[in-house]
Amino acid sequence: MRVGVNGREHRIEVHPLKRLLDVLREDLKLTGTKEGCGEGECGACTVLVNGEPVCSCLIPVAQVRDCEVLTIEGLGDRHPLQQAFVQEGGAQCGICTPGMIMAALSLEPEAGEREIREALAGNLCRCTGYTAIIRAIRSA
Amino acid sequence: MRTAVSRLTLLEPSSLGEALRMLDADPSLQAMAGCTDLYVDFNFGVLQRRRFLNLWGLEELRYVRRDDSALRIGALTTYTDLIESPEVHRHAPILAAASREVGGAQIQNRGTLGGNVANASPAGDTLPVLAVLEAGVVVESLSGRRRVPLAEFYTGYRQTAMRPGELIVELELPPAEGAQWFRKVGTRAAQAISKVVMAGLRAPQPRLALGSVAPTVIRLPNTEACLAGGGGIEQARRVLEQEIRPIDDLRSTAAYRTKVASNLLARFWSDTQP
Repeated sequence: MRVGVNGREHRIEVHPLKRLLDVLREDLKLTGTKEGCGEGECGACTVLVNGEPVCSCLIPVAQVRDCEVLTIEGLGDRHPLQQAFVQEGGAQCGICTPGMIMAALSLEPEAGEREIREALAGNLCRCTGYTAIIRAIRSA
Repeated sequence: MRTAVSRLTLLEPSSLGEALRMLDADPSLQAMAGCTDLYVDFNFGVLQRRRFLNLWGLEELRYVRRDDSALRIGALTTYTDLIESPEVHRHAPILAAASREVGGAQIQNRGTLGGNVANASPAGDTLPVLAVLEAGVVVESLSGRRRVPLAEFYTGYRQTAMRPGELIVELELPPAEGAQWFRKVGTRAAQAISKVVMAGLRAPQPRLALGSVAPTVIRLPNTEACLAGGGGIEQARRVLEQEIRPIDDLRSTAAYRTKVASNLLARFWSDTQP
């Protein structure tokens, strides 16, 4: 099946019910997307499908056929959000960070704290570094 | 442990008609929409079925439209679609409110209204809303369509009145006069299964529905009758406390749920004071 990932066309032969997360990590070797809870609570596996944040651990790959998927690797390593997370100490253990950044991508540049908290409602940080995460997103 | 994908089969219809034919040929097929519930079972290795029917691509089931008799919502309409729909805000604002409290944006972008109804969880966030608005669940099979009132749709814990070969295609919301009210009480605003969820309609005949206090979503006929008869809120609270029989479970206790439901009733009554 055809799926676009980070601006590149991929033709992959996998079981249609394989999780998008596993296709990204195992078949495409894009291991920046993390697995956390497996039940849609933690947001560590967040990627964008056609521009919308989703949990890649809850999506069979058949449901992204012919879609455009964006993962943390698709941002390169100089994206303003990534730099802000570094500068503001927005990453501690780092497991939640790719998901946090992918979820934050949907925010308007002028988003305030309320909008940021709402956009990140589906992302948990078990180091509980929320203050620095929100500070990083505000500064980006 | 996660379910081994090699043991599973997926059928992919390109139209509702094709989906109904596939389901007719094999009623054991498990319909899948946004997968936000189904893939949790997948991840925890507790999937009940082995053969699946992928409905996600059926755009014909993704709509919100209004006609003379009802607001009609296609089964595959996502929570995000509901939150962004002006028709939903105008005619069923509590459906938008409930959708906003379903998980985070990631879940709202995939989870569907039809899926929430089909999943038949007693804690389904939209179900008290649909109960209070006296929704009809429109189901279809090769032998045609029928409308099941929500009040008759759930026959027991995780049991529905659906027959083999049927799919939920639409939720039909008749107009409801009066002030609508919704409140979910959980550990946290987003990302938490509710301990108690209440929807209400303030009208000459008030309507009330509760989730997470019984094996299915329930209406509260005795409490409603008390309020309609001018019994006053204190009396209505006592009626409610006798009317529900919640249970202790891992999320909460029966006593807490009864207390919160009673408090929510009082809040509903004061918030919707004409």
